Amino acid sequence: MAIADIRQRPGVLLGAAILLHVVLISAQVNTKSGLPLLQVITFGSFSEVQRGMMAVVGGTRGLWSGYIGLQNVQAENNALKQEVQSLQIRLQEERAEAQRTDNLRQLLELRERAGLDTTAAEVIAAAASPEFRTVTIDKGSSHGLQSDMAVISPAGVVGRVILPGRRASKVQLLVDRNAAAGALIERTRVQGVVIGFGDGSLRMQYVPNTADVKTGDLVVTSGIDGIYPKGFVIGTIDNVSRGVGQYHEITVRPTVDFSRLEEVLVVKTLPASRTLPEGSE
Amino acid sequence: MRSAVALAAIFVALALQTTLAGLVIRGTAALDLVLIVVVYIALKSGPVTGLLAGTVAGLIQDALSNPILGIGGLAKTMVGFLAGLLATQFILNGPLPRFVLIVMATALHAAIFMGLYVLLDLRQFPDPIPAVVGQAIGNGFVGVVGFQLLEWIPGFVDRRRAGRFLKR
Repeated sequence: MAIADIRQRPGVLLGAAILLHVVLISAQVNTKSGLPLLQVITFGSFSEVQRGMMAVVGGTRGLWSGYIGLQNVQAENNALKQEVQSLQIRLQEERAEAQRTDNLRQLLELRERAGLDTTAAEVIAAAASPEFRTVTIDKGSSHGLQSDMAVISPAGVVGRVILPGRRASKVQLLVDRNAAAGALIERTRVQGVVIGFGDGSLRMQYVPNTADVKTGDLVVTSGIDGIYPKGFVIGTIDNVSRGVGQYHEITVRPTVDFSRLEEVLVVKTLPASRTLPEGSE
Repeated sequence: MRSAVALAAIFVALALQTTLAGLVIRGTAALDLVLIVVVYIALKSGPVTGLLAGTVAGLIQDALSNPILGIGGLAKTMVGFLAGLLATQFILNGPLPRFVLIVMATALHAAIFMGLYVLLDLRQFPDPIPAVVGQAIGNGFVGVVGFQLLEWIPGFVDRRRAGRFLKR
């Protein structure tokens, strides 16, 4: 019955015969690359089937993972957001720690360079009133701090201790309206007095009009005030003008950024003129 | 019965063909007796039988002589099928139509056979047309004569039997 059916369809039989022959020939013939033609054709055809299958499987997988399998993504997303926030906070902490380490390293270098008896202190508070430029540090009399001890930072002079508590001290910044320091221009060694102006800048007074003063000159402590050790940087001259009297009007830009003070050094070595005699309190 | 006769004819043709292998024109056999037999079977039995006869004959011929099994088989399959198909569509009883048919079959066979060999870079056939034309004419003459003989012999035998019966 089947044979009779096939005989009624000669075209099908011809196709089958041709296919049979093609397969037979392909099994014996090598391609130019040396591989059997049947293998190449079979592999090529099957690889296309595989490619199609993979496309279907990939599409299904993408559909599953992109739409159906997203049920737990919301919770996972929230957890990841929390983790990101936690990591961001941790990163900020690490950065702060690194910055703090860098500041401390600079302080240590300054301490070694200055050759003074110093103690490191951390700024724990700013002034309660904007009219006063003071900060509070975490060292006090229990750490050996006394009034008028100089406070310095790697960038330059910060101020002086005006109120030593037991475990904390108030420091008057050099930019405070009532602060002053003996100073000299490093290039010409001309001396004067640097006072705070309250607005963040400094004025250098008592510099004669005849003195050689230029913008950009470095101003350092002279040490004659009995508070600040000699040679520490105060700032650079920002503006020089001839005054009404016999002195220059000099504006000094402090090298210390007083708004970003974190760690400072308190110079515990008092100038010789202020050193207490032995046996006295 | 018919299949057995067809197979027997193919084997006879193969046997004769192998004995005529020395008769060669420019690398191509001057006669392809197997092809002639396939065409004859297709003429008498139709495209399907012609196709099967071509397949069997071609594959055996390939197995005996050709390096690639299937190329000759494919060529003879196509020839057997198309010859049978033509026989169902046209009246091919006269010598001339049969001659033309055999010539066309030979050309088609050569085209497929040589074409596949060249296409697959297995063998070259320099200047094949004279050889193919020679083979086609040879096949045509032998085929026409052979077909006439094959159709004449049964009648001749019958007439002789009838004559003997009448003499008694």
